[in-house]
Formats: sequence, structure tokens, C-alpha cells
Amino acid sequence: MLNLALEVGRTQTPEAILFWILGPIAVLCALGMLISAKAVHSALLLAWVMITLAIFYIAQDALFLGIVQVVVYTGAVMMLFLFILMLVVVDSADSLVETIKGQRTTSIVAAVGVGGLLTSLIGRATIGHTEVGLALANVNGNVQGLAEELFTKYVWAFEVVSALLITAALGAMVLAQSQNIKSRTAQRDRSIARFRSGSLAETAGLPSSGVYARHNAVDVPALLPDGSAAPTSISRTLEARGDIIKSDVFELEASEVEEN
Amino acid sequence: MDISNYLYLSAILFTIGAVGVTVRRNAIVVFMCVELMLNATNLAFVTFSRIHGNLAGQVASFFTMVVAACEVVVGLAIIVTIFRSRRSASVDDASLLKR
Amino acid sequence: MTTSTHLVYLIALPLLSAALLLVLGRIADKWGHLLATLVSATTFVIGALEFFAMQSRTGASRAATQKIFEWISVGTFKVDATLLLDQLSICFVLLITGVGTLIHIYSIAYMSHDHDRRRFFAYLNLFIAAMLLLVLGNSYLNLYVGWEGVGLASYLLIGFWNQKPVYATAAKKAFVANRVGDVGLSLAIMIAFAQFGTVSFDGVKAGAPHASPAALTAIGAMLLLAAAGKSAQFPLQSWLGDAMAGPTPVSALIHAATMVTAGVYLITRSNFIFDASPNARLMVVTVGAITLLFGAIIGTAKDDIKKALAASTMSQIGYMILATGLGPIGYAFAILHLLTHGFFKAGMFLGAGSVMHGMNDEVNMRRYGALAKAMPITAVTFGLGYLAILGVPPFAGFYSKDKIIETAFNSGGTKGILLGGATLLGAAITAFYMTRVIVLTFTGSKRWDDKAHPHESPILMWAPMVVLAVGSVASGFLLSSGSALVNWLQPVVNSQNVVAGEELMKPIVVSGLALGVVLLGVLLAVFKYRTVPTSAPTQVSVFTKAARKDLYQDSFNEAVLMRPGQKLTAGLVLTDYKVIDGIVRTVGWTLGAISTAMRKIQNGFVRSYSLLMLLGVLVLVFTIWLVTL
Repeated sequence: MLNLALEVGRTQTPEAILFWILGPIAVLCALGMLISAKAVHSALLLAWVMITLAIFYIAQDALFLGIVQVVVYTGAVMMLFLFILMLVVVDSADSLVETIKGQRTTSIVAAVGVGGLLTSLIGRATIGHTEVGLALANVNGNVQGLAEELFTKYVWAFEVVSALLITAALGAMVLAQSQNIKSRTAQRDRSIARFRSGSLAETAGLPSSGVYARHNAVDVPALLPDGSAAPTSISRTLEARGDIIKSDVFELEASEVEEN
Repeated sequence: MDISNYLYLSAILFTIGAVGVTVRRNAIVVFMCVELMLNATNLAFVTFSRIHGNLAGQVASFFTMVVAACEVVVGLAIIVTIFRSRRSASVDDASLLKR
Repeated sequence: MTTSTHLVYLIALPLLSAALLLVLGRIADKWGHLLATLVSATTFVIGALEFFAMQSRTGASRAATQKIFEWISVGTFKVDATLLLDQLSICFVLLITGVGTLIHIYSIAYMSHDHDRRRFFAYLNLFIAAMLLLVLGNSYLNLYVGWEGVGLASYLLIGFWNQKPVYATAAKKAFVANRVGDVGLSLAIMIAFAQFGTVSFDGVKAGAPHASPAALTAIGAMLLLAAAGKSAQFPLQSWLGDAMAGPTPVSALIHAATMVTAGVYLITRSNFIFDASPNARLMVVTVGAITLLFGAIIGTAKDDIKKALAASTMSQIGYMILATGLGPIGYAFAILHLLTHGFFKAGMFLGAGSVMHGMNDEVNMRRYGALAKAMPITAVTFGLGYLAILGVPPFAGFYSKDKIIETAFNSGGTKGILLGGATLLGAAITAFYMTRVIVLTFTGSKRWDDKAHPHESPILMWAPMVVLAVGSVASGFLLSSGSALVNWLQPVVNSQNVVAGEELMKPIVVSGLALGVVLLGVLLAVFKYRTVPTSAPTQVSVFTKAARKDLYQDSFNEAVLMRPGQKLTAGLVLTDYKVIDGIVRTVGWTLGAISTAMRKIQNGFVRSYSLLMLLGVLVLVFTIWLVTL
């Protein structure tokens, strides 16, 4: 059984062809992403790199991860990137001139150094080893195998990560809201302020000219609930001129009211 | 073909991502380079999982993806917020820690 | 050894009195001097009573001790604060307290116009206490306490009028020269402790026969150095002349009778060391011989009366030191000369003070002349002292000095002839310069102008002078008749142990020779100084020039010790500033420079910081890569 697993697990020629075609393309796309002036181009090139990686995952018996890579990473994350790019910088193109002295050289040297050392390290660790292959681990299917691992051995990490997801979603929501400097007073706040002002007259609000009126005219004052004339319901100019007509002139007869 | 080739590819992609982070000025492009680095490590994890014959590497890769997704969400939200008040997405403008 | 209970009062009373007078300050101005004199007299009475008590005891019980308290007890090293009054100490006690009291009385009148008279008496009492502690200590360490105490008192008293910078400097000079000697005493104590495990006189005496010759010679040499410092012997004699800056009673008490004799006491007390080490003895006689001639030569050219007397003191102590190096009997003769010298030198110093008092503090003898008529008592007492120092029989000096000359000749071989010759020559020169002093001061024609009106001193001043003059006359005879002192000191210094060596010349011949050279000196002086110019002549021989300059000892000290010392100090200060402080300043400057350079990394750009992070990762990966190689 083990021998079979080992034999199947060894990288075979089709996989080699797959690797040697897609691998360099992925590298070229990554370089392209690095040096392209337009951000949208970078995003698309990165999306292609991710798809390549998804293909590699599937080639290496990580079926679930490959699908998730396409769906989540390429489908959701890169699309999110593109949406944001559209919102923000779709028009602007970065100038590729470097402003900080020595930044470019140092970073290339440092990164190449890191890469080289990692390559050497990893190479030393794994060169010549034959891989075991996932035939045994995937014996019930990749998803089942993964689920077994995830919900038994790594359940605690799983829970923490889910908490993280929730937090991230909330955080994004909070950040995306536009913030006002001053909050506008809502209706409720204004109502509360009115009731606290102390004068019952202002609490109910002044009747506009016409409420309790007997006559629909600008020079006849409106009546307050207690029957007195509301001084602010007619123009002060008229008041100053004395052109106010008392409203009980226009009072209806009691019989008139009943009829209506 | 040697399985280590996948690991070399992962190292190269990681390098390119590292250069990108330090060289590019556009905040979103920097973010994308970070994503590239994370993907490179995912590839390495999957390869290791295959080498050792258990699924621990794939579990780690899974978690990395989740965390990366969260990170992208929050990070982009921050970038958008900054862009709204500053109207520029260049990282060089956030130089308030200058001596 | 008898145990006594009142030895401590000898020291405690003057010490308390000094403390009281210093602490009370101006309140005690009216009666301070009287208290001090009374205390001094009391100590003399106690000393005299002890002497009589001692005479009535015999044998080993003659000496008395009193343990005051346990001082040091560290492991096997025990030193108690114990006082020892034996035959040697009692001589000194009587001399110190007796002459001391007389000088206290003299000072009441001499310092009567001085505003700080009370402080002077406090210091005098302090001196008495310290000197008594010196001679009453029963171990080298106890002696050392007193030794330091008299050094301090001498400093305070020489610089009493420290308003004048010259006097303050003189006090400092005396203290520093003393200090050099003190190093010798410290080293001697240390070597003694290392060798014998104890520093008490009895302990060292017991251990001396078994110690190595090298150790004994070393201890002897160090003790000689200490004695040279305190007694103004060559090469540490330069301070004595300058010490005359102090008031005359100080010169009389400290620099004639008592403190400067402490060196002689030290050597005598350590007789067991010197008896066991011929090399040390040789050094002692050499120093003594050199100094006696040194002092005599200097004395011939001094116009300041006090400085002339100081040079004389230096010379006479040279005699004493020389005597101590001449074997067991030499110690007794040294002490004999010390006691007689105490009388006549103190008397002459008080006489000089009296002359100065009468001449309005003029010290230059060229301004004196024919004072015998104006100050008869002073002239007579001074004259008696003069005859004593010359060694004219039957005055005191004759007995003591001739004995020394005799013993010097009898010490055998070339050494004996050289030493004897030196002492005779010294006697001649002594006669010369002392006659010069007498002639310049009391005889001849008056060289003072009419502004000065010399007069006799008050009774409080001439009475002590008279007492001392009586001592100058009689003490020699009394102390040496029937070998009284020699027998008295036998238990301490084994002085009856006369080596039956060849007698070079009969005593009478020696005395005759001595008198002959003395007469020669007197006649020479009388002849030379029949006329005296009022200002010192400048066309003089090279010897006179040298003598005026203290035989260039001061110049030597300055060129060899002082100037290099100053240069060294200046060099060290410069090194401290430039090198040591320079290093500190450079460190600070370097840190500042590094910080300024490193500040440039913080340019505020996020990308630079991320690059730094990347570099950090590089270093990390590199380390891992190295480790797994």
C-alpha cells in the first residue's frame, strides 16, 4: 500500500510539463505586476498568478484549496481590489521614478538575498527527497481529510479565525461609513429640546395664522387655545400700524355652527 | 521532476513580492504585492504537505487564506478612508513620523 | 613597676585647660592666661611629687605605670593607652613642666598687649599636654600620638600671628619638614610590629636581641629620620630658622628646650635598638656631627638674634644626637646636655625676647649695641647662659659638653678622632658666634637711634630669666656630681656599662683643649666685631654668603623637591583635564556623532521602514542559513 502510494505520489512527466509551462508564466506575470505603471494592469496580472497557483494546488492533490483559491482569492479578494481601484485610482498612473535614494537597489539586493538564501536552505532540506504524496491522506477524499484535520486537531484555531472574520467584517463596515463632523439634530432631539424649554406655549408650537382663526386674513390674529390672540401670528408692521382686526368680529352664530 | 521546484518557484514569487512592497508607491499595489507573498507561502505549504504526506500544510494554507481575506478587507477599507480625506493613494505622503 | 593613679592628670589637666580656653573664646580673655599658668604650675607640682615618690622607691618599682584605657585590640595586636613614668621620663617631665611654667609666667607679660593672648596660652597648654604624652607613652604608638600633638602645637604657635603670610608659611614649612620625619616614625613602628608583633617599649626591648641585623638597622634608620625631622637635624633642619616667626616664648619653650629634644628622647628610649645595630649608630653620629657643624657655621652669619640662637640650638642638639650614638654612656651624657641646654638656651631666648621687648621688637643685632647698661638683669642672665654654652667651668655646659667631647674621642680609631675633632671645632665656632651675639647686643657703642628707648623688662619677665640663669649655673654641677644622672638613668639605658676601651686622652687634657679653642673663638669674635657696621656688608667671603643662605639647604630643597613637585602636580592636573576628562568628553562626542548619523534613517517614509524590515529578515535568514550549514 505504501509502495503504491509512493509510486503514485512521485511527480510524473505530465506534471513536469504543467509546471515548466505555467511556472515561468507565473513569474513573468508577477514581474509584470511589479513594474506596470497602471494599477489595474497589476491587479489583473496578479489574478492570473493566483489562477496559476490554483492549478498547481489541484495538481498537487489539494483539491479543496485549489477551488477555494479560485473562488475566494481570485474571485473575491482580487475583485475587491479591482473595485477599490476603480473607486480610487483608476485614472492616475504612478510615476515610476524613485524618490528615496538607494531604495530600489537596496530592496532588490535584499530581496534577492532573502530569496537566494531561502532557496538554498530549502534546497538543502529537501533536495533528493522523494515525496510521500497525499494518496494516503486523501483516501476518503480531500475535503473529508481536511475536515477531519480541521475539526479535530485545529478546531481551536478554526474558532479564533472565525472570530477574526467577524471582526474584520465589522471593522470594514465601521470604516466604510462616512463620518459627519457634527451630528444633525434629529426630530426626536428637537422635540425633547422643545419640551424642556419651560414654556408650554412653545412646547406645542405656535399655531400658524389660520389655526383657530375666524377669518382667513393676514390682519386677523390667530387664536391660542385659551382664546387669546397670538401676538406672533401677524406681522409686526401691521401691529405697529394698528391695523389689526379682532377676530371675534367674525365669530359665527351658534345656529350657524349647528347647521354646519 | 524534483518536487523542490515548487519550493523554488515559491521563493521567487516571495522575492518579487518583497521587492514590490518596498519599491511601489501606490498603496493598493503594495497591498497586492503582500498578497503575492502570502500566495507564495501558500504554495510552499501545499508542497510541504505533499512531501510529508499529511494534511497539516493544507490546513495552514487554509488559515492563511482566511486571514489574508480579512486583512484585505480591513486594509482596503482603511485605504479608501485615507483616500477620501487626502485624495492621494501614495504611501510617501504618510511621512508624519519624520524627524 | 608601681601602678600610679595620678599620671593621667599630668596630661589631662593641660589638655582640658586648652580645650576650655579655646571653646570659651572671648569670655575667657580676662583670666585665660592665669588659668593656663596655674595648670602648668600644677603639672610641675605633680611631676615634682612624683619625682620625690620615685626617689623613695628602689629597684624595679621605681618606674610607675598607669593604664588609662584599652585603645586598640585587633587580633594579636594590642595597644593600651598606658603611661609610663620611669627615670628617663621624669627628667623630661620636670624639664617640660618646669621650664614650661616659667615661660607661661614670662608670656603673661610678653603677650600682654596681644589681643589673642588667651589663644596663645591655650596652645601653650596644648603643647605641654602633647609633649608630656610623648614622654609618658609606654609604646611607640602612644609616643606617636604625642609626637603628632607637638607637631600640631608647634604649627599653631609658629603661625600664631598668621595675619602675616610669611609667618603662616613658616608654620607650614615646619609642619611639612616634621611630617617627613613622621613618615620615618610610622615606618619604624610598622617594621617593629612586623618583626616583634608588638610596639611597646618592653616588647621591642625583649625582642631586639633576636631580630635580624637588617631589621634593626632599618628601624634605627627610620627612628633617626624621625628624630631628624623633629629635632631639626640634617637633612631636615631647614624649618628651625623660619620657626623663629613665632613669638619668643614659643621659641624658648618649643624650639630650644622641649620639642626639638624629642628626637633625642626617641633615640634614647630606643637604646636597645641602637645598641644592637652598629650601622644605625654610625648613621646617628654622622648626622649629629654634620648638624653640629652646620648649625655652628650658619650661626656665625645671622644678624637676627633669634635666628642666631636657633642655629645654636640646631648645633647643640647635634651634640646631643652625636652623644646618643656613642654607646650606652652616651645616652646619659646626651640627656645631661639636654637638661643643661634646656636651662641656658631657654634663658638666652627669654633674654632675647626681653631685648626685643625693650627695643620695640627690633631683631636685627646690628641695631643693638651697648644694651648692658639699659638692661642689666637681661645682660647678666644672658651672660650666664652664654658662659654655660661656651662650656666655661663651673657653669652647666662645661660638665655636659666636655663629657661629650671626651666620649667622642674615646669611641676609638679614626672615627673617634674625626668625631672628637668635629666636636672641638664645633665648640670653637660656638664660642665665636655666641661671643658675636653678646658683643653686638650688649657691648660696644650704641647703634640705635634715639627713637628707641631700651628699658628693662617687667618682673614677670625677668624673674623666670633669673631662675633659668640659676639653672645655667648650677644644674651641670648638680647633675653630674657623683655621676648622679648616669646612675639615675642606669636602669633605662644601661649607662654604667662603660666599654673598657682605650682612653685617647685624659679628661683633663680634653677639657684643656676645649677651653683653648673656646678662648680662641672668643678672642676672634671680640677682635672682629670691635666696630660693627649698622647694615650688613655685601663684600663678604663665599663662606659668609653661604652661611647667610643657611648653607643653601633651602635652595636645594626648592630645586630638588619643591619645583619638581610643582611640575609634577601641574602635569597631573593637565593629564587629568586632557586625557581622562578628554576620554570622557570624546565618548560623549562620539555618541552624539553616532546619534546624528543615525537620525538620518528616520526619514518618515514608510517604504524605508519596510525596507529596514526586509533587511532584518535577510539577516535572520542568513543566520539560520549559517547555522544549518
